[in-house]
Amino acid sequence: MTLLSIKNLKKYYFCGLFNKKEIRAVDGVDLEIKSGRTLGLVGNSGCGKTTVAKIILRLIEPTDGRIIFKEKDITKLRGRELKNLGQEMQIIFQNPETSLNPRMKIYDAILEPLRIHKLCSTDKEYEKILKLIEIVNLNQELLFRYPHELSGGQLQRVVIARILSLNPKFIVADEVTSMLDPLVQAQILNLMKDLQEKLGISYLFISHDMDVVEWMSDEIAVMDEGKIVDWK
Amino acid sequence: MSLLKIQDLKVYFNARGKTVKANNSIDLEIRENEILGLIGETGCGKSILGRAIVGLLPDNVKIGGKIVYRSEDILNLSENGLRKIRGKNIGIILQNPSAALNPVLSIGNQISEIYRYHENMGKKEARIRTAKMLEMVGIDPKRMHEYPHQFSGGMKQRVMIAMGLALNPGLLIADEPTKGLDPTTKDKIIDLICELVINKNMSLLLITHDIGVAEKMCDRIAVMYAGEIIEIATIKNILSNPQHPYTQDLLNSLPKKGLNQTAGESPSLSSPPAGCRFHPRCRCIIGKCLKTHPQLMETEKGTSVRCFLYGNN
Repeated sequence: MTLLSIKNLKKYYFCGLFNKKEIRAVDGVDLEIKSGRTLGLVGNSGCGKTTVAKIILRLIEPTDGRIIFKEKDITKLRGRELKNLGQEMQIIFQNPETSLNPRMKIYDAILEPLRIHKLCSTDKEYEKILKLIEIVNLNQELLFRYPHELSGGQLQRVVIARILSLNPKFIVADEVTSMLDPLVQAQILNLMKDLQEKLGISYLFISHDMDVVEWMSDEIAVMDEGKIVDWK
Repeated sequence: MSLLKIQDLKVYFNARGKTVKANNSIDLEIRENEILGLIGETGCGKSILGRAIVGLLPDNVKIGGKIVYRSEDILNLSENGLRKIRGKNIGIILQNPSAALNPVLSIGNQISEIYRYHENMGKKEARIRTAKMLEMVGIDPKRMHEYPHQFSGGMKQRVMIAMGLALNPGLLIADEPTKGLDPTTKDKIIDLICELVINKNMSLLLITHDIGVAEKMCDRIAVMYAGEIIEIATIKNILSNPQHPYTQDLLNSLPKKGLNQTAGESPSLSSPPAGCRFHPRCRCIIGKCLKTHPQLMETEKGTSVRCFLYGNN
């Protein structure tokens, strides 16, 4: 079953004197992601992979095209509907050190999305967070530390725990392991695969490491200069 | 012939009353015209080792041991003496070029500064030499008046290489030169460093956690874990016949080999486990590992391992 599909997605930027120079960051991309499956997206840096991901999550507005999630057009969602969409779609960024607020303790960082989406009553918060921490194999001791006291692999687990608190159906993983060393990379990717099996999450897995993408994905799309050039 | 010899190097930090043993009795030898790779996980002390060689560590550090460069002990040199060694004899390419370059000085200024200081050159002459260096690393010399933010990540890395090589040092230390670059740029940077190092008859200490990069470049590899060197061997031996269980796990965790997991995390350097430091995560643990600390022993010619499973340890 198709979970998400994008049709003829375009994003043009205008710059230069009098906005006359046109840069086609994404130029007519069609993609389809089935539920419980992983689509790998590869390409050189600057080819528009991250832009596609951000458009799907409605973090930036597309110039043209449609995004259909669960058979519903989400291209023009606004306000409360858009906020609720955030519960079902999430993203893991490349650098975990910059994706967490340095002045928030790990506990508070994981709690924040739960509070925003009002998913948990106040007296059950602690239990819920302990459960999440257990899923991603983090030690309880780390809960009341600050991000700079944790290693890159631990932080990436915190980010994943934070996302899982919302029970998303679809996660964009944007170069999740390029800052991590091989042993930690293996741990994180195995964790992501386990979660997919248990919870039926779909991934859009963005990376420039071909070996990793092949291992992770069911299908692979190759991007170059804003277009999909290969699909297998 | 050995160019740089590190003997029993200890680097300890004092942090909130705890002693962090970042490097614990490191013995390492870099030979003439050799590319030596230093691999290991984040936080195992490999960058600290690179910085210790050129004396770029903060003040709260305690260093012991010996670092001998061409029969001169450079560990106990004064700040002035060190300045003469840095750049001229031992060049370093620091991690993360966007943080290592000064954002308010133009690229040209930053490189010609080296010539002005070390070789007492005039402004004009220094500029000519700078242009030559930029050309060598594949940057248009016309861009020497531009500032770091106008360059891409790969270009900044090229500038760092130009700075490291400016005075033709005998030894170059490259600390994660390919971190955060995409594959095409990565390959170009690797080729560039290899070519320059070989052409100039230099030695290179390559610090990295990317085994693919190490495989392409290095003659020998030293594997570090929790502040210690646990295995040294030629690249061929490491890849075909890794001996230490940690090295085996490291290689098996590569995507090509199926991303096999190793449980646990690397230990804290302030309170490392007793006995062998890898024992809590090790698959081949024997009784001895819990209590006794293994020594780095030569198992065959050119291969040394710190493990009880091998040799007469």
